[in-house]
Amino acid sequence: MELILDHVSHSYGDVTVLDDISLSVGSREIVCIVGPSGCGKSTLLRILGGLEKPDGGAALIAGDPPSDSLNPLTYVFQDFALLPWRTVEGNVSLVLEDHGIDRARKREIIADVLARTKLTEFAHAWPRQLSGGMKQRVAIARALSVNPAAMLMDEPLSALDSQTRDLLMDDLVDLWGQVGFSACYITHNLAEAVRLGHRIVMLSRRPGRIREIVEIDIPLAERANHPEETAAIQRRLWEAMRDEARAADRELSNVA
Amino acid sequence: MSLDATQETASRTPADAKGADRAPARERLRPVPFRGGGFVHTRHRLIAPLLFVLLLILWEIGSQTGFISNIALPAPSEAAAALGDLFETGMIWKHLSASLYRLVIGWSLGSLLGIAVGLAIALFSLVRAGVAPFVSALFPIPKIALLPLFIIWFGIGEGSKVATILFGAFFPTVIATYGGVDNVDRNLIRMGQSFGLSWLSIVRKIIIPGALPAILSGFRISASIAIILLVAAEMIGAEYGIGAYILMAGALFATDQLIAGVALLSVLGLTVAWLIGRAERLLLRWRG
Ligand SMILES: Nc1ncnc2c1ncn2[C@@H]1O[C@H](COP(=O)(O)OP(=O)(O)O)[C@@H](O)[C@H]1O
Ligand SMILES: [Mg+2]
Repeated sequence: MELILDHVSHSYGDVTVLDDISLSVGSREIVCIVGPSGCGKSTLLRILGGLEKPDGGAALIAGDPPSDSLNPLTYVFQDFALLPWRTVEGNVSLVLEDHGIDRARKREIIADVLARTKLTEFAHAWPRQLSGGMKQRVAIARALSVNPAAMLMDEPLSALDSQTRDLLMDDLVDLWGQVGFSACYITHNLAEAVRLGHRIVMLSRRPGRIREIVEIDIPLAERANHPEETAAIQRRLWEAMRDEARAADRELSNVA
Repeated sequence: MSLDATQETASRTPADAKGADRAPARERLRPVPFRGGGFVHTRHRLIAPLLFVLLLILWEIGSQTGFISNIALPAPSEAAAALGDLFETGMIWKHLSASLYRLVIGWSLGSLLGIAVGLAIALFSLVRAGVAPFVSALFPIPKIALLPLFIIWFGIGEGSKVATILFGAFFPTVIATYGGVDNVDRNLIRMGQSFGLSWLSIVRKIIIPGALPAILSGFRISASIAIILLVAAEMIGAEYGIGAYILMAGALFATDQLIAGVALLSVLGLTVAWLIGRAERLLLRWRG
């Protein structure tokens, strides 16, 4: 299955946020979208997942999602969005309950995704007992449990400290090696993009246009062994983004 | 200043405390003044009961010595005797059961209706536009003022009393419920939608649990209002009930019975508060 944005434009009132964006996320592909804050990244992701209608253009799906996918387009949010009144297990269970899965199968899925995200021993913990990194693991486990055709991740690691972020990036790479999910991964952190993206799409400041697309053909699992190459790509991206970021920073806006 | 240097100074001080060259160095060593105290609640479980007993003793002594006139206020022992009478004659159960019946029925129905209407207001903008202003307009009316109307509508018997309590509990519950729903984290609702949860699932599993803390604090208020209204309603045309008992005592200027009745109300209030506290601890375990 392929997820496509076809000449998408969007404005809020008279503020144009996205201007003629076309891109696609293929299966088993992680596309990272980077851009200065306020350039419309979150808006783009909401359009991609059907939470918002674009003013122009369209979000399209090519091909059928796998038949066992319960929720083909699945979000992972920056603020985790866990229900505080449900345990880790209960939070994963929540998204399976509407699908009429029998009890045994449900338990099996939950055990599987918790094991993949190294959460098995925390199955009965409350969210308030977990660190930020653990909470995001739960959110990722929840997303995996519905077997998504594409994960839509909006700065999933931005609320975490840098060490936790590094650990979780490694885990995501492992996870991708196991299940090969496809993802549209939004970040403003170039190190994340260079570590996780098969393709990096850089947006300009508002109105967001595609400035540059960089393909990185070093396999994800091997990137840690190629520090020079990745650092060089990151530096080049930063050169391109610096002026945009500086200008964006000086704009008056209510950035969400 | 290195730590080693200070330790050295400290360890040497006893030996040559009188050494003129050491004295100033030692003077400079003092703990940083602590400024972090206060503003933190510590639990003192015994204070309230002790204070209460102390007050009772003082009051009893005042009455015995004639410092407090018996006409103005009966001695606690007399009130206790009146309470004892109630138990002996078995009248206490008649009064209590009559009151509890009205309270439980009126408050439960009022709360259930209140939650239902509160949810409807919060979830459907049409209902909010139509009903919310009525709630705001009717909430501040003292329901006791409507008692005569209720008597006409629901009869002088149980109906009017239950209705008074029902309406008294209804409005604060409506307001607590829809305020609680409005405060549920929008991101959680968006999360539910993004996973394709059904409308009913989102309401049942995200919105209601999210509003529950607010609803339960609403219960504290509505239960107190219900008790106040219970007594008021029982003062008209009730044979039994704590309110009726207090009214009768007042009419006969039997102040010992009056105090006994008031003490019963107080115990009732404490019990209700305790029950709600238990419910909170049980239902809101996740808050820790
Ligand atoms: N619902 C909305 N209504 C009005 N303006 C919005 C809304 N959402 C976002 N915006 C504006 O659109 C711009 C892009 O927002 P967003 O997509 O959140 O940027 P990013 O995620 O890249 O930081 C910002 O200037 C923001 O103020
Ligand atoms: Mg954003």
